[in-house]
Amino acid sequence: MSFPWANEYKPSHPFMQWMDEKLPLPRFVYNAIGAGYPVPRNINYWWNFGVLALVCLALQIVTGIVLAMHYAPNALVAFDSTEHIMRDVNWGWLMRYAHANGASAFFVVIYIHIFRGFFYGSYKAPREMVWLLGVVIFLLMMATAFMGYVLPWGQMSFWGAKVITGLFSAIPIVGEPLQQWLLGGFAPDNAALNRFFSLHYLLPFVIVGVVVLHIWALHIPGSSNPTGVEVKSESDTVPFYPYFIAKDGWALGGFLFLYCAVLFFAPNYLGHPDNYIPANPMSTPAHIVPEWYFWPFYAILRAFTFDFFFVPAKLMGVLAMFSAILLWFFLPWLDRSPVRSGHYRPTFRKFFWFGLIPAMAVLFYCGGAPAEEPYVMLSQIATAYYFLHFLVVLPIVSSVERPDPLPFSITEAVLGKDENAALEAAE
Amino acid sequence: MAQDAVTDAPETENDDGVRRRDFINIAAVSAAGVGGLATLVPLISQMSPSADVLAESSTEVDISAIERGQAIKAIFRKQPVFIRNLTDNEITEANKVPLGDLRDPQSLAERTKEGKENWLITMGVCTHLGCVPLGAGEGEARGEFGGYFCPCHGSHYDTAARIRKGPAPLNLEVPEYEFTTDTVVKIG
Repeated sequence: MSFPWANEYKPSHPFMQWMDEKLPLPRFVYNAIGAGYPVPRNINYWWNFGVLALVCLALQIVTGIVLAMHYAPNALVAFDSTEHIMRDVNWGWLMRYAHANGASAFFVVIYIHIFRGFFYGSYKAPREMVWLLGVVIFLLMMATAFMGYVLPWGQMSFWGAKVITGLFSAIPIVGEPLQQWLLGGFAPDNAALNRFFSLHYLLPFVIVGVVVLHIWALHIPGSSNPTGVEVKSESDTVPFYPYFIAKDGWALGGFLFLYCAVLFFAPNYLGHPDNYIPANPMSTPAHIVPEWYFWPFYAILRAFTFDFFFVPAKLMGVLAMFSAILLWFFLPWLDRSPVRSGHYRPTFRKFFWFGLIPAMAVLFYCGGAPAEEPYVMLSQIATAYYFLHFLVVLPIVSSVERPDPLPFSITEAVLGKDENAALEAAE
Repeated sequence: MAQDAVTDAPETENDDGVRRRDFINIAAVSAAGVGGLATLVPLISQMSPSADVLAESSTEVDISAIERGQAIKAIFRKQPVFIRNLTDNEITEANKVPLGDLRDPQSLAERTKEGKENWLITMGVCTHLGCVPLGAGEGEARGEFGGYFCPCHGSHYDTAARIRKGPAPLNLEVPEYEFTTDTVVKIG
């Protein structure tokens, strides 16, 4: 679906006309990311991160396929084949660093994309399905990233695999058999490495599939915008091509600048030195932490150092960690304010900037810190706020808050109430 | 009657209200459904530990060279096992603790074999998130209670490898084992 004023695809070349009759793929592209897709004219730079995420996914798939041509998923040689890529394969170092830092870049982009949604209420009706599919993509990304990190078979790979699959052992009764089933053994070994490789290769293509659904679902109501006011007339939109293709290209330039700065000048900054030691099942590194993008959730896991009523601390940590993300599936129904954008919600905005953001920042920091005081207590406070924010603050705020007056339309928000200007724009 | 239904009026109901097509429909879908579900058995089961992995699930260790107060790390199921020859002091210390004070109450006698109370054999896998605790190697930190210490999240185990402090919920696991002779232990 699209707005009635969307440009129609009219191929002029006879071949494209022939093509359009047999397989209207160009028409599909035209309507999805071309001039046939009208976009609110007022979307700001936070709206660039969807396209950037798509670029990251493509980058990861291309570099990943290249790496798989040289990597051997066998516990005896996996570490050596990784070093072989780094030292012997032509440009192998570039491909591996691009892939490893590409994962980090992907998560930076996706976190901004998600928090854009939090602030501007992008998850609200009529875009709930877009949001739900987005959470699914995020979960798939986390699984893919985790399994990818195991493949070099260094110390952090091995112990990361052990600790993360160990989370499942916290589940009563079925936990331990489940962990053995996941690993295909009693500890991470060749069986685990092989299946992680297989799934690490598969899941990105599953992500591509869900991304297609995500964009499809988005294009039914059309993109949201910073005012949260729905599109009313043609003057509220401009076509995706050329306007937002150009803007996304500009944003992509900025993104690549930062990405390449890390890639070429600090390629190991986000990694752990211990992962350059081959996996050793007999000795654990002194300080094991996951990759930075898992820190907030790792902090929630470790915040539960006490039994919670009859639930043991370890199980409670695991449940809390998974609920922290599963909670997002309920977000469209927890925040019931009819006003979407945080710009027009003074109370919501305060809780967002002075509640959720600091809590996430604390969780980020504590997840990477050693499990000592004061970090444990800080993560407990931040975890408590995190859950309160979604389960208590959002429902209450959405029912008691008095939102600021909304602009009549996107055009009015952009051009002010000057009727002449608005009329001119409409022409 | 069935023949009539086929030849004359396949869509009409029998006296009992059952159509032949309904039966075929349900039977076909059920067979396809059961058959489809049955393919899940090999697909799921292939991920469980394979025969060669299970074949490694017992191991024999010669313990004749371990002096009192020493410990070694053996390998069982690709995981470390701590075999420790306790000193008399360590045994007294372990027996001194009232069971009520323990998070996972077990006496040293329950965690060792009768007549071999000095041989403490446990998995070297922290019950918190699976790290290998320190304390079995020469000169490693043994924690506040003289047993084992897990550096990952700070769990302290005592001389009977029982959890005393830190986030781990349980004592270090005692695997199944038996003394095949006085100097050889078969684990698993």
